[in-house]
Amino acid sequence: MSAPSAPQNWKQWLESESPASRRQAVAGNAWRGLVAIIKNPAALAGLIIVALLLLMALAAPLLAWGQDPLAQDLAQRLKPPSASHWLGTDELGRDIYVRVLYGARVTLTIVVLVSLVVAPLGLAVGTLSGFLGGVIDVVLMRITDIFLAFPRLVLALAFAAALGPGIENAVIAIALTAWPPYARIARAEAATIAQSDFIAAVKLQGASTARILLRHIVPLCLSSVIVRLTLDMAGIILTAAGLGFLGLGAQPPTAEWGAMVSSGREVILDQWWVATMPGIAIFVVSLGFNLLGDGLRDVFDPKSS
Amino acid sequence: MADMIKVSGLSVTFTSAGRSFRAVDGVSFSVAKGESFGIVGESGSGKSTILKAVAGLVKFQAGALELNGQAMGFARSRKERQLLQYVFQDPYGSLHPRQTVDEALREPLAIQGIAGAEAKIAAALAEVGLEPKHRFRFPHQLSGGQRQRVAIARALILHPPILLLDEPTSALDVSVQAEILNLLARLRAAHGTTSILVSHDLAVVAHVCERVAVMKDGRLVEILGADALRAGVAEQAYTRQLVAASRGYARGA
Ligand SMILES: Nc1ncnc2c1ncn2[C@@H]1O[C@H](COP(=O)(O)OP(=O)(O)OP(=O)(O)O)[C@@H](O)[C@H]1O
Ligand SMILES: [Mg+2]
Repeated sequence: MSAPSAPQNWKQWLESESPASRRQAVAGNAWRGLVAIIKNPAALAGLIIVALLLLMALAAPLLAWGQDPLAQDLAQRLKPPSASHWLGTDELGRDIYVRVLYGARVTLTIVVLVSLVVAPLGLAVGTLSGFLGGVIDVVLMRITDIFLAFPRLVLALAFAAALGPGIENAVIAIALTAWPPYARIARAEAATIAQSDFIAAVKLQGASTARILLRHIVPLCLSSVIVRLTLDMAGIILTAAGLGFLGLGAQPPTAEWGAMVSSGREVILDQWWVATMPGIAIFVVSLGFNLLGDGLRDVFDPKSS
Repeated sequence: MADMIKVSGLSVTFTSAGRSFRAVDGVSFSVAKGESFGIVGESGSGKSTILKAVAGLVKFQAGALELNGQAMGFARSRKERQLLQYVFQDPYGSLHPRQTVDEALREPLAIQGIAGAEAKIAAALAEVGLEPKHRFRFPHQLSGGQRQRVAIARALILHPPILLLDEPTSALDVSVQAEILNLLARLRAAHGTTSILVSHDLAVVAHVCERVAVMKDGRLVEILGADALRAGVAEQAYTRQLVAASRGYARGA
């Protein structure tokens, strides 16, 4: 057989309607999802922004040409954007470009840590509640209701105030107030899925409750949780920035976007760039997660596949 | 006395939003080992509900159920689950949407700790007339009939002594339908499988089953032999009506 060019082979392998292994089937599915995202301009923009955030965070030292985000230079304070300081300098003469870069690390840390707490907690509570029903459902859902009744920023403020300011405590505070909607979503989905014939089929095969939950129900609830998490990420970033702005998040001199906006607000009329640059970063990243979330929702929507 | 399935006075009541509805009302019958028992009746008469109660998928409020001489309730152990498998009525709801055919067939073997999955999966697929190219497809890449065959393969792969078949061939075209019915007949001859077959199609039931129960509004109207059903000689007026209706439909079609 005359071999077509290599990328051709690849695409055929991924798009095959009769895959020869589970690996190929899963890769093919992921590929179709990726193509769907790329074909959707808004989702692609979101994907690029989030990828840029990742790149900024991972390669911050490289992209900053080795400059230190904490290095002060009082002779150069409050300088407007120029060739030597692309985004200007702040009130202590620190380079804002470098600080925005390193701030991406803080933001990404918050995003990752909150996701690591919220998704598993919400999934665990929600799927148990939805699948088992009865007393367990009632108890878990009342607990969820209690957490749901607190306004997020106020509870986060209370936690930050009680546990002391700092990025870890900000993450704990945000995560504790963010999980209940996930439990609600997962519960509703798990309750529907629990009624379906394919779950009855594994029950009849003798599967344990743990196996049914972990192998059959959780994977199906995962996609809506991921979509919701991506859409919520903007709110989480804004809450983190809000806590930073109020001095209850990351502590100085850490480069954190919310705290940077806060420090620039006294000089906002004369030296607009100090608050504006990190503000733009917050805005763009929040927007990126929202666009990506919308795209993922379209891709995961079973009606479209 | 070699009853594989014995149902006596079975009643199932569904309660939703404070209202209760008796879907199955005091039904009794028994199925001998190796026998194929049919259930017919109009839509909503409680046929699927009887099968689900026998399978332990819905609770029954009154009556008793015995499988292979053992009394069965709703909760069952993994060992008790080995007694029966079920083919669901709706081929679109009976397969996990994110699992390939291969995974759907591997799961029962993994749960029951049965070795040699590779060969068994390939054999089960061949048995129901699916090709190797279907093995790693997701359900949305299969037609309704292909899905139903996967569901049948999944039920057969554990070689259960009892098979509960809820309209197993309604989504299949006539030639495949005959193929599946022959397959079920072969299995019965080879393994002495006991089965209950629910169908709208009186001809299918009369062809496959020795005895047939006629259901109406949750009650069992009568049980008659396949010969009687074919000949249209029934004691109850309702059964004669049903037979006449199905003939009229067959002629009209
Ligand atoms: N989970 C449930 N909750 C409430 N009512 C139910 C439930 N399942 C079935 N029913 C009702 O019980 C009755 C019998 O349903 P069943 O599914 O057993 O009918 P069937 O004879 O299988 O009908 P068909 O031929 O259409 O499949 C119907 O009136 C149905 O609405
Ligand atoms: Mg039915």
